Amino acid sequence: MSEWKYNLVAFYTIFSKEIRRFMRIWPQTLLPPVITMTLYFVIFGAVIGSRVGEMGGFDYMTFVVPGLVMMSVITNSFTNVASSFFSNKFQRSIEELLVSPVPNWVILAGYTMGGVVRGLYVGVLVMCLGAFFIELQIHNILVTLLAVILTAMLFALGGFINAIFAGKFDDIAIIPTFVLTPLTYLGGVFYSIDVLPEPWRQLSMLNPILYQVNAFRYGILGQDSGISIVWAFAVMILAIVMMAVWALHLLKVGKGLRS
Amino acid sequence: MTKALEIKNLQKSYDNGFQALKGINLEVQEGDFYALLGPNGAGKSTTIGIISSLVRKTSGHVSVFGHDIDSEMVKAKRMLGIVPQEFNFNQFEKVQDIIVTQAGYYGIPAIEARKQSEKYLKQLGLWEKRNSVSRMLSGGMKRRLMIARALIHKPRLLILDEPTAGVDIELRRSLWDFLREINEQGTTIILTTHYLEEAEQLCRNIGIIDKGEIVENTTMKNLLGKLQRESFILDLSKPVADIPSFAGYSVRKVDDLSIEVDVAKDQGVNELFRQLSDYSISVTSMRNKSNRLEELFVSLTTSKPAAEGENQP
Repeated sequence: MSEWKYNLVAFYTIFSKEIRRFMRIWPQTLLPPVITMTLYFVIFGAVIGSRVGEMGGFDYMTFVVPGLVMMSVITNSFTNVASSFFSNKFQRSIEELLVSPVPNWVILAGYTMGGVVRGLYVGVLVMCLGAFFIELQIHNILVTLLAVILTAMLFALGGFINAIFAGKFDDIAIIPTFVLTPLTYLGGVFYSIDVLPEPWRQLSMLNPILYQVNAFRYGILGQDSGISIVWAFAVMILAIVMMAVWALHLLKVGKGLRS
Repeated sequence: MTKALEIKNLQKSYDNGFQALKGINLEVQEGDFYALLGPNGAGKSTTIGIISSLVRKTSGHVSVFGHDIDSEMVKAKRMLGIVPQEFNFNQFEKVQDIIVTQAGYYGIPAIEARKQSEKYLKQLGLWEKRNSVSRMLSGGMKRRLMIARALIHKPRLLILDEPTAGVDIELRRSLWDFLREINEQGTTIILTTHYLEEAEQLCRNIGIIDKGEIVENTTMKNLLGKLQRESFILDLSKPVADIPSFAGYSVRKVDDLSIEVDVAKDQGVNELFRQLSDYSISVTSMRNKSNRLEELFVSLTTSKPAAEGENQP
């Protein structure tokens, strides 16, 4: 068997193991985001949203649905890899992989794609929930898919790096709590940055999540937020490459994995 | 003959300055059943960790069947099966899934791996537990699971780090039979153990490591040949109030119905029995006081004072 076939089997093994894991524990992985987002839809959309009026040229509920989908994708793709990889580290079952001939890039690809699928799975569930509240439309399917997949990849890689550095379970909650949640809430999920006064508008432009949310919202609604889609994708791809290189370096030096 | 494992001038210093390995050299030939012994903190697990790539070496070379672990890592790892000292499988996965997943890491597709796993699970008495979640297994079953997992990709070199620790005698002996069988089928085996009887029973060659250095590397026969003296316990048919003096033997009373005798290597026991007959002392049974290898092991590893930080990883 040639080397690439070995690697393909190894990739599929890691990938399918990751899928099996989050499907097996669905009450912990799939149900909570569905419940949380239902509450968001009811409160922000139906209760408060009706008083807000329009946002970015759309009624508030229509505006907020793509943002909430992206919020779920970001959180779930990150959490999936962070908790799965760290759990393997904690139980030392990661040694099964480390002693095997699987190259580092296959390990990274397997875990990342597992996180991407969890992110997309939850994203689709939230989108279906949203369909109960708004009339779903997709303005540009290519932009929509690219935005959601690249975002899931980026945060899955982030979860992987977080898990490598984490020494205890508390450490995998620090980044989601203190970095991801604030950036997501300030990243245009609930409002258009057009409503912000300066300098907050300019400061918001430094938030990478803003580009992802806006690109996705453009794909769904066709809303022009004033941020170039090409520029948004360029930022995402650059960030993915940088995170992947960093993760591969950490695997190569065995950070937190080899003594 | 092909070298299954070759270690040259292997050194390992940890970040805290502790030198776990001080330039060890070791060769294990293909087909061998080799024992690597040493007290706690001697460097056994560090050596195995380096071979399996879980520990980064400071310097030196390691090759598995001629494949350097640095320059030909993939080829070297394909030849190698590792059974670690501590349980390192996912406690929430099912027994057979753990093995099938491990096979996948070696490029064996799941359908094929499921078929192959049946053989090892049956041989190791785990077939009935194949759908059990691994954390529900007993300690002995968990050890056997790790052996099955290490064998699934048919490694040519199997390294077992204390595989029978905490395992009851009956199971230990069944594992010995299994290991003997796979060794006879061609798998080279390196074993570390605290049960010196295990090494004596199973292994043809032996290395003793102490404080990061190989202090002995020879055949089991040669090593046991270095024994100068053995102690035997003799059980007597009738109580003996006072032990008479035996010419040439040191004899001590253990209790009313047993005595302990030291016998020099070139002395033999015929003369002892003759003197026992002269004193009308009838012996019902005779056994070694302690494992012979244990005596040698202690003498080889207690000659030097303990280094600072000896028990660090």
